[in-house]
Amino acid sequence: MNKSWWKILAIVLVLFSITGGLLFPVPAKPILNESIRNIHFHVPMWFAMIVMLLVSFIYSIKYLNKGDENDDLMAVESANVGIIFGLLGLVTGMVWAKYTWGEPWSNDPKQNSSAIALLIYMAYMVLRNSMEEEQKRGKISSVYNVFAFPIMIVLLFVLPRMTDSLHPGNGGNPGFNTNDMAPELRPVFYPACLGWILIASWITTLRYRIRKQENLIS
Amino acid sequence: MSLFHQIKFLIRKELMLEWRSRYALNGILLYVVSTVFVCYLSFREISNPPTWNALFWIIMLFASVNAITKSFIQESRGRQLYYYTITGPQAIIISKIIYNVLLMLLLSVIALGFYSLVFKNPVGDPLFYMLSVVLGSISFASVFTMISGIASKSGAGGSLMAILSFPLVIPLLIVLIKLSKNALDGLDRSVSLDEIAILLAINVIVITTSLLLFPFLWRE
Repeated sequence: MNKSWWKILAIVLVLFSITGGLLFPVPAKPILNESIRNIHFHVPMWFAMIVMLLVSFIYSIKYLNKGDENDDLMAVESANVGIIFGLLGLVTGMVWAKYTWGEPWSNDPKQNSSAIALLIYMAYMVLRNSMEEEQKRGKISSVYNVFAFPIMIVLLFVLPRMTDSLHPGNGGNPGFNTNDMAPELRPVFYPACLGWILIASWITTLRYRIRKQENLIS
Repeated sequence: MSLFHQIKFLIRKELMLEWRSRYALNGILLYVVSTVFVCYLSFREISNPPTWNALFWIIMLFASVNAITKSFIQESRGRQLYYYTITGPQAIIISKIIYNVLLMLLLSVIALGFYSLVFKNPVGDPLFYMLSVVLGSISFASVFTMISGIASKSGAGGSLMAILSFPLVIPLLIVLIKLSKNALDGLDRSVSLDEIAILLAINVIVITTSLLLFPFLWRE
């Protein structure tokens, strides 16, 4: 029980954010209207993706330092989950953008950047699959992962700020300005972010354990 | 022998090997010229300056991938073992990056010259455009050198090069196209200082991570 408290917390937070996100009052803004509720579903996906990719980066560094095979498994599984959450973030954003900005793909710098970030991690997966030998695979793909992460950070957090974007917090502002958000949204938004990050970590640990067992059997 | 001397010797070795065979150098120069010519025959003329700029960078992108892919793949296993006994990983990666920067500079000057010859040159501020081309060569060389090291270690070799490097080079390409577009339009130079700073910052990041990571890669 003492190990599963955060899983229960994750379920509670996500259930709360889904009901709260759909039912609680929201500020009526022109154009946005009720679609503003998407913030509780779209934005947490990106937070979960970034956290999982950061975890992958850290485990790759650990693998390069110590050479423990489990660190490599953790790195690849968290990158996998990060890709899934990135795709979900892209899809939820596109559905919303279709009705708010008029087109699913509006040439927005953040949208482009996140698509490129996904390409980077898919390339990481292809690189992994191109090698058979485990140690070599772990080492070379870890090197690529560590090499790619800083460039991706520039791509996601620096470049979008240099141009005009339809997303909030661009064109010189800090990326995530808490003062911009309406106070009614916050009690749902913060738990939603935390909840989805926890769910992502849960999925990662599950997949990690499955992979470890598979390795034991084979 | 100090790191500086080692780097000097390794660069001289690269230049000498290149000069002796000359097949790779001539091959890549011919590649650029024929790509430009293919583009010329398909477009005939480009009246829109942003298209002119974008096409130039696309040609440069493909030419540089082709030029740099071979920088690790051509080295035989025996020769790599030999380097392993006489120098350190830092010396090797720095010398490769410097050599590739030189190669890219030569390549881009020839590409730009021939490109402006067949398509009329609409650049408003040629000196500044040249600066963006120089920065572009340095950036491409620094990213592609490390990626070619990674790709050469995996079994697939050259075919992985493009998918590994394109997503990583896109951030640089976005900034480069913006910088060269400013030069193309002849805007005031102070407008582009931000872009230059970002390019230099990305290059510093890329080269430091290469230096840190190459020691893990080369023993593989």
